[in-house]
Amino acid sequence: MASTAADPHARARAYLATRHHWHWAEALPWLIAIAAFFAFPDRMTFGTQVLVMVLFALSLDLILGYAGIVTLGQAAFFGLGAYTVGLLSVRAGYGEPITGLFAAAAVAAAVGFLTGLVLLRYRGLTLLVLTLSTTILLQEVGNLFKDITGGYDGIPGITIWPLLGLFDYDLYNHTNYTYCLVVLAVLFYVVRRIVYSSFGEALAGIRENVNRMHAVGSPVRWRLVIVYTISAAIAGVSGALFTQTSAYVTLGVFDFDRSAGVMTILILGGTGRLYGAFAGGVIYMLLEDSLSKLSPEFWQFGIGLVLVLVVLFARRGLFGLAQDLGDRLRRKPA
Amino acid sequence: MTAALEIRDLRKSFGALAVTRDVNLVLERGARHALIGPNGAGKTTLVNLITGVLQPSAGHVLLEGQDITRLLQAARTRRGIARTFQINQLFRGLTVLENVYLAVAEREGVCNHLWRPVGAERAVIEEALAHLDALRLADDALKLVRELPYGRLRLVEIAIALALRPKVLLLDEPAAGVPSSESHLILDVIAGLDPDIAILIIEHDMDVVFRVAKYITVLVQGAVLTDGTPAEIVADERVRAVYLGEEVHHE
Amino acid sequence: MALNLNTFISILFDGLAYAMFLFIVSVGLSVTMGLMGIVNLAHGAFAMAGGYMMLTLTRSWGIGFLPSLAITFLMVGAVSVIFERTLYVRLYRATELDQVLLTIGLAFMAIAAYTYFYGPSQQSIRLPSYLTGQIDGGFRTFPTYRVFMIAIGAILIAVLWYVFERTNIGAKIRAAVDNRRMAQSIGIDVDRLFTLTFGIGSGLAALGGGLAVQLVGLSPSFAVIYLVFFLLVVAVGGLGSFKGTLLAALILGIFDTAGKYLYADAGGFFIYAIAMAILLVRPAGLYGRE
Repeated sequence: MASTAADPHARARAYLATRHHWHWAEALPWLIAIAAFFAFPDRMTFGTQVLVMVLFALSLDLILGYAGIVTLGQAAFFGLGAYTVGLLSVRAGYGEPITGLFAAAAVAAAVGFLTGLVLLRYRGLTLLVLTLSTTILLQEVGNLFKDITGGYDGIPGITIWPLLGLFDYDLYNHTNYTYCLVVLAVLFYVVRRIVYSSFGEALAGIRENVNRMHAVGSPVRWRLVIVYTISAAIAGVSGALFTQTSAYVTLGVFDFDRSAGVMTILILGGTGRLYGAFAGGVIYMLLEDSLSKLSPEFWQFGIGLVLVLVVLFARRGLFGLAQDLGDRLRRKPA
Repeated sequence: MTAALEIRDLRKSFGALAVTRDVNLVLERGARHALIGPNGAGKTTLVNLITGVLQPSAGHVLLEGQDITRLLQAARTRRGIARTFQINQLFRGLTVLENVYLAVAEREGVCNHLWRPVGAERAVIEEALAHLDALRLADDALKLVRELPYGRLRLVEIAIALALRPKVLLLDEPAAGVPSSESHLILDVIAGLDPDIAILIIEHDMDVVFRVAKYITVLVQGAVLTDGTPAEIVADERVRAVYLGEEVHHE
Repeated sequence: MALNLNTFISILFDGLAYAMFLFIVSVGLSVTMGLMGIVNLAHGAFAMAGGYMMLTLTRSWGIGFLPSLAITFLMVGAVSVIFERTLYVRLYRATELDQVLLTIGLAFMAIAAYTYFYGPSQQSIRLPSYLTGQIDGGFRTFPTYRVFMIAIGAILIAVLWYVFERTNIGAKIRAAVDNRRMAQSIGIDVDRLFTLTFGIGSGLAALGGGLAVQLVGLSPSFAVIYLVFFLLVVAVGGLGSFKGTLLAALILGIFDTAGKYLYADAGGFFIYAIAMAILLVRPAGLYGRE
């Protein structure tokens, strides 16, 4: 150890070389997710929706937490994914789940790419308004073609074929939970690799100081369009999972509440920390579950209050708090 | 031989306010050229025009004979122009190593890799470390930029610019605000730079100017007052007049 | 619906009334955003609060319509100052995301509270008799209330214009919007200015909300549904610009009305399409600065 400490190069190399290695603590969220399956077998419908939200939040973290772009329109991609699956099933009679995910990702990615090309020139209020308007426009288009999309009432009769042709869906959503967990794990792995890659490093650079990135020759807008497209694809997959697991889709998937909710999840858990989506997602869904049972107003008030308190006192979310606590404990004299 | 950088009749106006007026400047390969002038003369504006942060109202910027006037900042950087900012523009939440890593990685196109972890890019890491060594920053490699003292930050600023392996290097008051105990390091670094790089340095400190520069351009109210060797500039009455009331460092 | 002269006049007229509503509510948002650079998504909640205050004053307390408007303006304006001093002051140096989330949180809390006390359904206010019915304009009649709205709007525009362009305070506000640091260095107390504009802006929002009840109805979801429109007006007009807000309100208000008249189902499109088109060409708004 003494030799590495004396050689700053070795220390620096070691830091960068091992930064992306799996830390043992990273197994925890997955173990908890698996344990939940066995501990709460009758709550798997709820569990499935938690996983869907975590994936959705993960998609937003890429663009918001890592690239630092604030948008109010992530629900657009969620909705596009949800409707791709719904319409494939009801209008085209196609219900294969896994290819459905790919279709949803493709549709969302295409829209993400095109809108990203145009909108990512802008920041601040202009971007907020443009992304919000895009989502509302999609909703209005959907309403215009009510007979196809089912409008705000939704399309009945969505059927999803058995997973891999083998696993049928049970009343308790055991298959769905496992399915979502696997999809989440795969996409999480993808996001994790991106975040630790040089591309991910560039995203951090854009977030920290976009002027500097221009001054080192970085093609900033292209980087943003790419990450926006990937983020849209993942959000599309989460929307697809939503429809597949609840056999239900209405134009409400595009609601502002959904974009606000997923941002709340990230701020609760902590942005730019990969696992913030997990922590925030679980807490948000638990809160929604318990508070909205009392009354929908309780839930809305509660989440509003949480937002205000978190921004004022726990800005970096749960992971930030945990880090502060860890720092404080470590500073205690041995 | 084509000059490394050439500015022809460069003009910039904001409405009725002309901040840069018909500036002509030539930077040869290996130049050690200083740009001086009183506060508000438009020196940083000129650098912004050269690097592409601002678009000129008229005139041309040529890099090795190629007209780059219509190119954006990032494109010009990729062609070989690097700069340091008067007010540090660093990645404050990242480590010093990552700051320089980004410059090297972007230069090499490595930032297009979405899958390979940073740790696997051995060559880029080694080069970043080498640049840190050159500026005696190796010990601070893993420190977050926002935790470093100001003097070190100026060094990181220079390290990033050098990591771009530029043909033309624009230094905007590199030693400004640095305590004199640390500024000698910056001067040593500048003195030890690759003799092929063309350097334009904006400075107020005449001490630095006379030690580094072989040619000086004097900018007053956006226009070139005169240019020449240090000896010629010191002897020039008009330059002395412009600096009356300003402190002139002669040690 | 076919476009004949009568329809055209109706569109212009109704559009103008709607534009007045948009302007009255949005002008405060535009100036405060331009002044302090704070994104305030709770602004719609102040408008909603104004609507409910009018409801309570006229219905439960039996106060006249016009006095209620004045009280609503003053009360909500005063309360908003409390919010500004306690909460918004912390947002001055916060990131955009923080501002968005905190103000959304406030909006949610407000919506929930009003739903709890007033119920989620649509409410309406009973108008005094002199504001109901139609006014005979000679060649056709016009709904009295809409004439009233346009009149109030015109008066407020004149007053605000005068304040902005001809008074000391207005000059200070314009200077601070233009360049905050410069304004501070010449001795303008920007913080106090902000508190004042925030209070007046929120008061105006409440006034606009109260006026709009007869026009568009009132329910707690008003705060979020119409927030989008206010944001559109502010963005299209340009932050901190009185002229911009007015022009944007007119354009968006009239186009929205036209869309709803001519294409009942798809009508909702127009306002978004126009707003996006303008923003894509002029991202800082019609009178904004880059």
